[in-house]
Amino acid sequence: MSTSVSLPDQSTARLPKVSYLNKEYGLKSWLLTKDHKRIAIMYLLGTTFFFCIGGAMAALIRLQLLTPYGDLLAADTYNKVFSAHGLIMVFFFLVPVAPAVLGNFLIPLMIGARDVAFPRINLFSWYLFMTGGCIEVCMLVFGGVDTGWTFTTPLSTHFLNTQVVAAAMGIFVAGFSSILTGLNFIVTIHRMRAPGMTWFRLPLFIWSYYATSVIFVLATPVIAIALALVMLERVIGIGVFDPRMGGDPLLFQHLFWFYSHPAVYVMILPGMGIISEVVACFCRKRVFGYTAVAFSSVAIGVFSFFVWAHHMFIMGISNYSALVFSLMTMLVAVPSAIKIFNWSATMYKGSISFDTPMLYTLGFIGLFTIGGLTGVFLASLGMDIHLTETYFVVAHFHYVMVGGMVSALMAGLHFWWPKITGRMYPESLGRVAAIILFMGFNLTFFPQFILGYLGMPRRYWAYPPEFQALNVLSSAGATVLAIGYLLPICYFIWSLKYGKIAGSNPWQAAGLEWQVQSPPLTENFEQTPIVTHEAYDYEWLANQTRNEVPTVG
Amino acid sequence: MDSHTIAAQTAETAQLEHEHPSFLHHHFENLAQQREASTFGMWLFLLTEIMFFGGMFCAYLIFRNWYYSAFVAGSHTLHIWAGTLNTTVLIISSFTMAMAVHAAEVRHRVPLLRWMMVTILLGVGFLCIKGYEWHDEWVNHHVPGLNFSIEEFTHVNPAYPGDKPLAPDMAERTQIYYSLYFLMTGMHALHMIIGVSILTILLIKARGGAFTNGHIAPVENFGLYWHFVDIVWIFLFPLLYLISRHQ
Repeated sequence: MSTSVSLPDQSTARLPKVSYLNKEYGLKSWLLTKDHKRIAIMYLLGTTFFFCIGGAMAALIRLQLLTPYGDLLAADTYNKVFSAHGLIMVFFFLVPVAPAVLGNFLIPLMIGARDVAFPRINLFSWYLFMTGGCIEVCMLVFGGVDTGWTFTTPLSTHFLNTQVVAAAMGIFVAGFSSILTGLNFIVTIHRMRAPGMTWFRLPLFIWSYYATSVIFVLATPVIAIALALVMLERVIGIGVFDPRMGGDPLLFQHLFWFYSHPAVYVMILPGMGIISEVVACFCRKRVFGYTAVAFSSVAIGVFSFFVWAHHMFIMGISNYSALVFSLMTMLVAVPSAIKIFNWSATMYKGSISFDTPMLYTLGFIGLFTIGGLTGVFLASLGMDIHLTETYFVVAHFHYVMVGGMVSALMAGLHFWWPKITGRMYPESLGRVAAIILFMGFNLTFFPQFILGYLGMPRRYWAYPPEFQALNVLSSAGATVLAIGYLLPICYFIWSLKYGKIAGSNPWQAAGLEWQVQSPPLTENFEQTPIVTHEAYDYEWLANQTRNEVPTVG
Repeated sequence: MDSHTIAAQTAETAQLEHEHPSFLHHHFENLAQQREASTFGMWLFLLTEIMFFGGMFCAYLIFRNWYYSAFVAGSHTLHIWAGTLNTTVLIISSFTMAMAVHAAEVRHRVPLLRWMMVTILLGVGFLCIKGYEWHDEWVNHHVPGLNFSIEEFTHVNPAYPGDKPLAPDMAERTQIYYSLYFLMTGMHALHMIIGVSILTILLIKARGGAFTNGHIAPVENFGLYWHFVDIVWIFLFPLLYLISRHQ
């Protein structure tokens, strides 16, 4: 197995004297920081915390489903556990994690800016996120909620006596954090690019994050108003979703999915950006069809706004609109496939090295392809009526969001870890973790496709005994998957003190972020860089002597 | 503009680009970049606001189609004079805000303060009239969920003798109209309150000479916000007050 990592001589290597990590010390210097890199680290801590809560809930779900008549949790407790899992994982892990952690850290570095356009708003959005998260955790402590993550009306407004208002409030608040993050990124990408950094020299990472930000800005306000209406409906009974007063529960579904389907692409588009970077670096090649990949990100962003009703095929929308939404949903497969083909074509005749980020990337491509294709099954009207509300759907979106997004996130974290901390993670352990994650994931969720196809409904706390074998397989896989998550958390922490010193560009990558010291200075660049080459110009990079960014003055 | 002023302005711009005035944040290259970024950010923010109100307008559109007669009956109970007065107040306040931005551009501190003050007063005036209307609706049992009676709608409204009384189930639907009315005017009023508060802060800063030194971005962007809130009302007024007034 070849490797592309080139560390400086470890006997003499030193971390830079001044960096964003050691410029100031103390809790206050973190909590009041306006540095995008420190805010990214704070987001990393926050989202990891919520991931652990959501993961614990997932463990409870899998333990419960080990036996047909669920011996661990009572039925209503089970409802609360899977609702908590969904709410925390979607709104407090998957949606914020990639944009707010890697995006915050890397966007200014990649485009040659000293910070995001609005540093103070950036910090404010972290506080909003944490406030929303705290409301959500308090909600769990004070009894939880059993609506599922979708708040389906009229169940959530009229038939439940749980903490629906608090749960909706937490997401409402965290939603504004998403809006502000998206707004910040769009303005940063438009207005803060270094001289010479034209749109088509931008890394594809930036294109993906741009599409993500557009979704944040356009879709999140709609869920804000939808959840505000749910809260008002519960508190004072305004009747907009109440059929007795003439309201329409289906209206809620429309408003909710108008956000939540684009939000699904928020959970995958950043991953696609990460994968583009990693594939180019570990194949030592320009990404095949740069423009196609860039515009496919934008296309996914645009299409995402016209597919929401495919969540409602069985809920009584008209046949004609179902037909149109089915067609639109299948169209999303086109830009997604363009990406997959272009990454594969990048690997073709590339000089591939199988370091940890690349292993995660290969895992992503496999899992995302399965997740995406099963999405096309679900988009077909006839299939959907058979498969919707079964474990097939559960398996489908876990393949995309967990198999796809979390693999991509892991690829990104490993890839940029030396840039973030200045130290390497242990490479061999990293490879083991990547393989464990892939195996564990498939073991957990592939059986769920079969279960769903056989008709096991989702969200049930018990199931007929003939489904037990596959459920045991799934639960067993979940334990393997858990190791795949815990292992990186452990060695990442270990590497903070004992990891090898990475130097500024251990991967010999071409992006602007690799041309500065690791960890970077607070102001990123000593002088504004002038960009003369594209982010994937590995042939340019081969000319080592010129491998330095020219600066102004 | 004669060549002298142009030359003076160019020199001034050049000076601003090379100097680092106190209001230039460290992460921007120059003032032009800072100003463009903040204006662009504001426009994007307004876009999110459109989407936020869009959800409510969408609900309004659907329900108005379904329950048109209930919407007509509901609309006919509102005070059209109050709505018209408020529309006028807001349009004038937009004008005064535009004048405030102009005053900041030409660096006249006293007119800036004066126009900002008038804008605040108009904003507060709007909220007072709106508050009076809400109070009236509370007294007449028109607040769904808290204090609502369909009594009035099952009889002919004396002000509109041409209207037919509503059937009891359609009379129930007037609650949807009022829910949307309170929701939309409430959200609008919330934006007004936030606007007046921000403008008050800007006024205090402007007294210290903050926006007459070339740093007009906060005033300019606030102006955009204020006009946006105004435009939302321009849509709300006909949709809520003027349904079928010609009949």
